[in-house]
Amino acid sequence: MIRFILGRIAYLVPTLIGITIVAFGFVRVLPGDPVLLMAGERGMSPERYAEVSRQLGFDRSLPEQYLDYVWRLLHGDLGTSLVTKKPVLAEFLALFPATVELALCAILLAALIGVPAGVLAAIKRGSWFDQITMGTALVGYSMPIFWWGLLLIIFFSGMLGWTPVSGRISLLYFFPPVTGFMLIDSLLSGQKGAFASAASHLILPTIVLATIPLAVIARQTRSAMLEVLGEDYVRTARAKGLPPRRVVGMHALRNALIPVVTTIGLQIGVLMAGAILTETIFSWPGIGKWMVESISRRDYPVVQGGLLLIAVIVMVVNLLVDLLYGLINPRIRHR
Amino acid sequence: MTDSVDLEADAPNSGGLRDSLREFWFYFSGNRGAVLGLVVFVLLVLLALLAPVIAPHSPTMQYRDAILLPPAWAEGGRSGFWLGTDAVGRDMLSRLLYGARFSLFIGVVVVSIALVFGVVTGLLAGFFGGWVDAVAMRLMDIILAFPSLLLALVLVAVLGPGLTNAMIAIALVLQPHFARLTRAAVLAEKNREYVVAARVAGAGSMWLMFRTILPNCLAPLIVQGTMSFSNAILDAAALGFLGMGAQPPTPEWGTMLAEAREFILRAWWVVTLPGLAILLTVLAINLMGDGLRDALDPKLKRS
Repeated sequence: MIRFILGRIAYLVPTLIGITIVAFGFVRVLPGDPVLLMAGERGMSPERYAEVSRQLGFDRSLPEQYLDYVWRLLHGDLGTSLVTKKPVLAEFLALFPATVELALCAILLAALIGVPAGVLAAIKRGSWFDQITMGTALVGYSMPIFWWGLLLIIFFSGMLGWTPVSGRISLLYFFPPVTGFMLIDSLLSGQKGAFASAASHLILPTIVLATIPLAVIARQTRSAMLEVLGEDYVRTARAKGLPPRRVVGMHALRNALIPVVTTIGLQIGVLMAGAILTETIFSWPGIGKWMVESISRRDYPVVQGGLLLIAVIVMVVNLLVDLLYGLINPRIRHR
Repeated sequence: MTDSVDLEADAPNSGGLRDSLREFWFYFSGNRGAVLGLVVFVLLVLLALLAPVIAPHSPTMQYRDAILLPPAWAEGGRSGFWLGTDAVGRDMLSRLLYGARFSLFIGVVVVSIALVFGVVTGLLAGFFGGWVDAVAMRLMDIILAFPSLLLALVLVAVLGPGLTNAMIAIALVLQPHFARLTRAAVLAEKNREYVVAARVAGAGSMWLMFRTILPNCLAPLIVQGTMSFSNAILDAAALGFLGMGAQPPTPEWGTMLAEAREFILRAWWVVTLPGLAILLTVLAINLMGDGLRDALDPKLKRS
């Protein structure tokens, strides 16, 4: 098992190096002088230019610059935002919980609805339930979620007035972040109505972000379940005269869930891409919105750092999913 | 030397293209959703091609006396503007029709670029193996390590916002899927008898890769191509929505949505219609994709 884990980690090293090269190279292939772009100052004097250039290490050879960049990364130095003048890592860590909270709620919603829907559709294959569920799933899978979010705002916020349009919590409430998760912090604050406000702000973004993973999970669960239901051991269990509920619950579902768990885990990339759009529509102060704004503000140190951090997080989560898959499916480990 | 040997006769499915097409249609037409998707898609292609003929107005003409008119059937609508007008008095129907051209064009161009580069990369990696394979596949891993929309967004930031750059960025992001798929198919086919036979008959590497092996890897590539087509349209619309794709006044659906955002609570049609167009297009393509997969994947064929 240890060998399996180490092997998987070793496999990721080239990708990790690749990611740092992409982040490092990104500012150097931008049109324009990287010194000016990274300094974000206009009308610099030649002395100032030379100083900044030396400070940022642009006066040295590319390999030296790269090693220096990696050295800084290893010390947690991802540069400084041009706009806020704060360290990129600190900004990221401040905004990251908002995205995690949203993404966790979304994936929970997607799994809680998607898995039972997929299982039921598989059991009742060909029924109207199956057809409607799979039809809906395909619509969800095809959904431009930025439009879907706008529709929900028009309907629930505009016409019914049920949910707020943007942000994480009403401005009436203020309390210091403890965990960074608004749902938990609002409870900890003890302020009346704070939790309800946080929850109502979370509903629409969660639905929007959950849409595509939900569709993928439902489709994947159905096909995994159908495959398992056709296996010999399920037929044997049926032939033994076990009640259908036991066959489905004990024999089929447990095996069908193995690929489904992987599917759920692999949605992290989809969630991060979705967060960019969802957070932009709902003004959700997370890293997706932060990245979009930084790109349009040309805050390149932030874009560089954010790109790197997001890729590393996706990679680590995928690694964990991979390891989990090995854990629950012993067949994989020994390959 | 090798002229006398008919290399293509060695391939397993070289006989009877018509038969395989008929078989394909048998399975494809058995899937009602897929046929519906095909019909909608053909209709969209026709609308896009005929846009200059059937669009009642120019997509960029601004009618200053007809700003934010609702659709013709709603209260306050005008019969000249069936689906209403946008915030600067442009006819929605005409813009949507022209938008279909952009979306389909984006899909075709992006998939073509991604397919060509992905297939060549995958063929080289799978066929030659060794360090070529290692380098190519690690490169693909790196691209896949980034969430696709984020990488496309950053690439467009590097290249500069605009439709062309958005298409290049999306193609680059989609390309690894083709490369991996081709490589896997090549590895599965490369040691089969018909390939060995062709090699013994004196076929060169190029011939083996493109004429002997590639035609037998087509099925998964066609399915992936369809899926990528819809992804390309969605991603391009998303980039347009974020202001990094096609720029106003281009009647691209995502860009139209971005322009319409501030009117969401006042004029539902400027928001609803472009998104509906994106959804219908993508849904039609995905329906076809599901049908293609069922028809082309022998594992799933009902016997």
